[in-house]
Amino acid sequence: MALDSDTQKFKYIGTRPDRPDGLDKVTGRARFGADFSMPGMLHGAILRSPHAHAKILKIDATKALALNGVKAVVTRADFPTGLTGEDWNIQENVMAGEKALYDGHAVAAVAATSQLIARDALKLIEVEYEVLRHVTDVDEAMADDAPVIREGAADYSVPEGMHPNIVRYMESGRGDLEAGFAAADLVLEQSYKTEAAHQGYIEPHACVGQLGADGKGELWCCTQGHWFVRQMCTAVLGLEATQLRVTPSEIGGGFGGKTTVFIDPVALALSRKANRPVKIVMSRSEVLRASGPTSSASMDIKMGMTRDGKITAASGTFRMQGGAFPGAPVDVTTMLAFANYDIADVHHIGFDVMTNRPKQAAYRAPGAPMGAFAVESMLDELCRQLRLDPIDTRLKNAVKEGTRATFGPKFPPVGLIETLEAAKAHPQYNTPLGPNQGRGVASGYWMNWGGETSASVAIGEDGTVQVSIGTPDIGGSRASMALMAAEAFGVPYDNVRVNIADTGTLGINEPTHGSRATFASGLATVEAAKEAIGKLCKRAADKWGIDAEAVTWEDGFAKPSGPNAGEFPPLSIAEIAAEMGSTGGPISGHFESSPDGFGGSFGTHIVDLEVDPETGRSTILRYLVVQDAGKAIHPAYVEGQFQGGAVQGIGWALNEEYIYGADGRLQNPIFLDYRVPVASDLPMIDTIIVEVPNPGHPYGVRGVGETGITPPLPAVANAVRDAIGVRMTQLPLTPPRVLAAIKGRG
Amino acid sequence: MSKIHVTTTVNGDEVEYLCDPRETLLDCLRDRVGLTGAKEGCGTGDCGACSVTLDGRLVCSCLVLGAEAEGKEVTTIEGMATGDTLHPLQRKFIEHAALQCGICTPGILVAAKALLEKNPDPTETEMRYWLAGNLCRCTGYDKIIRAVMDAAQEMREAS
Repeated sequence: MALDSDTQKFKYIGTRPDRPDGLDKVTGRARFGADFSMPGMLHGAILRSPHAHAKILKIDATKALALNGVKAVVTRADFPTGLTGEDWNIQENVMAGEKALYDGHAVAAVAATSQLIARDALKLIEVEYEVLRHVTDVDEAMADDAPVIREGAADYSVPEGMHPNIVRYMESGRGDLEAGFAAADLVLEQSYKTEAAHQGYIEPHACVGQLGADGKGELWCCTQGHWFVRQMCTAVLGLEATQLRVTPSEIGGGFGGKTTVFIDPVALALSRKANRPVKIVMSRSEVLRASGPTSSASMDIKMGMTRDGKITAASGTFRMQGGAFPGAPVDVTTMLAFANYDIADVHHIGFDVMTNRPKQAAYRAPGAPMGAFAVESMLDELCRQLRLDPIDTRLKNAVKEGTRATFGPKFPPVGLIETLEAAKAHPQYNTPLGPNQGRGVASGYWMNWGGETSASVAIGEDGTVQVSIGTPDIGGSRASMALMAAEAFGVPYDNVRVNIADTGTLGINEPTHGSRATFASGLATVEAAKEAIGKLCKRAADKWGIDAEAVTWEDGFAKPSGPNAGEFPPLSIAEIAAEMGSTGGPISGHFESSPDGFGGSFGTHIVDLEVDPETGRSTILRYLVVQDAGKAIHPAYVEGQFQGGAVQGIGWALNEEYIYGADGRLQNPIFLDYRVPVASDLPMIDTIIVEVPNPGHPYGVRGVGETGITPPLPAVANAVRDAIGVRMTQLPLTPPRVLAAIKGRG
Repeated sequence: MSKIHVTTTVNGDEVEYLCDPRETLLDCLRDRVGLTGAKEGCGTGDCGACSVTLDGRLVCSCLVLGAEAEGKEVTTIEGMATGDTLHPLQRKFIEHAALQCGICTPGILVAAKALLEKNPDPTETEMRYWLAGNLCRCTGYDKIIRAVMDAAQEMREAS
């Protein structure tokens, strides 16, 4: 697709107007998932397994059903049988079948006239379990004597003889590793581990579902992607896809964790049984125990480097657990681990492993931060041992347009070098450090995504513009869409209204995931606008009695394209709109596609921190994010993505982890113990927006949401190494771990 | 279990509700009074999304029982603007893009307002510690702190 931005000056794009939904969101008026209610609505609650792995021998709900106010109980017996593949996985995850597979796995659900009655009723449901041996660690789950989560879950890729918990196996690479390592002056080998983190969205999952005996239903929920919700719910419940209409609420954070379903099919199943709408809202501990945290990883890395800093070869083995189901994003980890660099000889091995943990879900650049932690930590160590500057060394190896990526294809225009140069030039890089302070640098990449996209624009009778898109606004994307529509039509930003359409209104849209919303829905909005502009020009041409081709659109007006077209006063969008009822009817534009011109985004981060030698606690002193946005549509929200991604990465690096006890139960299922960064943990997060336009978007946009969480894990670890003189290879770098490392240094 | 009759004042209006003794003030505000601006993010007083003031004191409404509001004055996010005039904090949050998803925003605004009423000229560090009880997962707090600082300055200049 032609890149318009090379030749075009922007009037609206790149400005920072107030977001269209700002007023609603600062007054408490915005309706989020749990804010929706229906007449006659019941409240649902879910009974969850206290065991990490147990056979379900019997479920007796007699006493619960006898409680006044209880209207329905569902178990797996209320769901259809015969599902296969991921449909079965989702069904099994939302309601356990023969076995409870992790602490928190749903085993039954109740609908009652109040939430308190529903919760009381859960205590009356009697479940008999036979507790089985469990495993929650990825390396232990691959060992010969590990308990088997489920036989037959492995796909064709797994070589014979491997443990049944290994469900996918992958190998990729190129070149001659042996020769590559032989050409190196220094070769390092090291193992690394990262623990599972949770997306930590502040809004727990919430939904209201209504499903009739006729198989027709409606669902209101907080989700990143309501067409995904529709597909999953209808598959799990045995319904026809389009008979369920899903309307998204405002969404209180997702970061990938709201691209799937946990409670929605259960609410619908309860509704079908009770013949009333049913609302379910998760508690925080349910969110942590039984939604979809990310994978934990165990990795072995080997890299070789010449004395002057050229990477000669690299190999990595990545073992990742994704809970009790296939799906750990190890394919992405293997793909992106070495993707920052131009390496001729490279090899990756990946294992997708099942454990007795909740089914992992996407979390911001799923799979990328773990690999980045391992590889960028080792790169830092190579630089340190060879006495090389970490930014210069990255510049020496950085990929650019035309470089053959470690995952295969040649890179289109990308901005890694630009981010490294901007980081190097930033004053932070040369700010003197005090005692116990350290500086870390790391780069990261996310390839971004296009995905199925459908959008409409419609012209109002007063010449204002209504945009309908299918990607929920999770961080200000209504503002981006309105800016792009304003730019395309040449109308003021305030004359555009952006609606998030429900599943009954547009064709299929993938979720707001893969950093795709501003890219894909934005592209679709611009292309739909172009179609509408063509119609506006046609109306003007008809009025003037000239050919439509002789009319151009400029700054909100139809004009004759030149002296040969004739002399006519320009017609504004409002003038054309005012007459459209009598000149051919409503004017709208549509666009549908799966755009594949998404351009990847590179970022480079610098962190300065101080480690308290008495406690091992790390305090972030300064933090810089440099990232390629292609073209920043609304720069304030681009900066916000950079800052938010960096801080989530800081949390993952320093504090956040899933802690399982010997009994396989999650030990920290509340925010007090699962500690996400708070305001007093942090300084301001400085940002530099690099703009290397993406030729695949009319205005040059690259997605910016995910890259930002990739560099912080290694950047923080590299800074701690700089501060304490010890290389830490296991995240998170909690005060006790860092203190032990300092003491061991002795 | 019989319900408790509560008479209280919410954003200046007298309201009455019947609540179960186990229901929190947050539940009562949302489900009995119909004000859903305060959010439940955790239910354990760790996230601050349910922040309201009770007789002028900043509290997590998930840690207060609905029955405890009897005879007291509750102020929520819905009471922050004066008619159609936004509080400077609300305006600055929009101007600075200090929210992404917006779920934590009501609680943070209520908490920040309580801070500025106590201390009209807080340092950045004081702001960060005061707001440490309000989790935001989207923004990394940078733009939130800038918005509060800017609002504080505007309010000082106006007074």
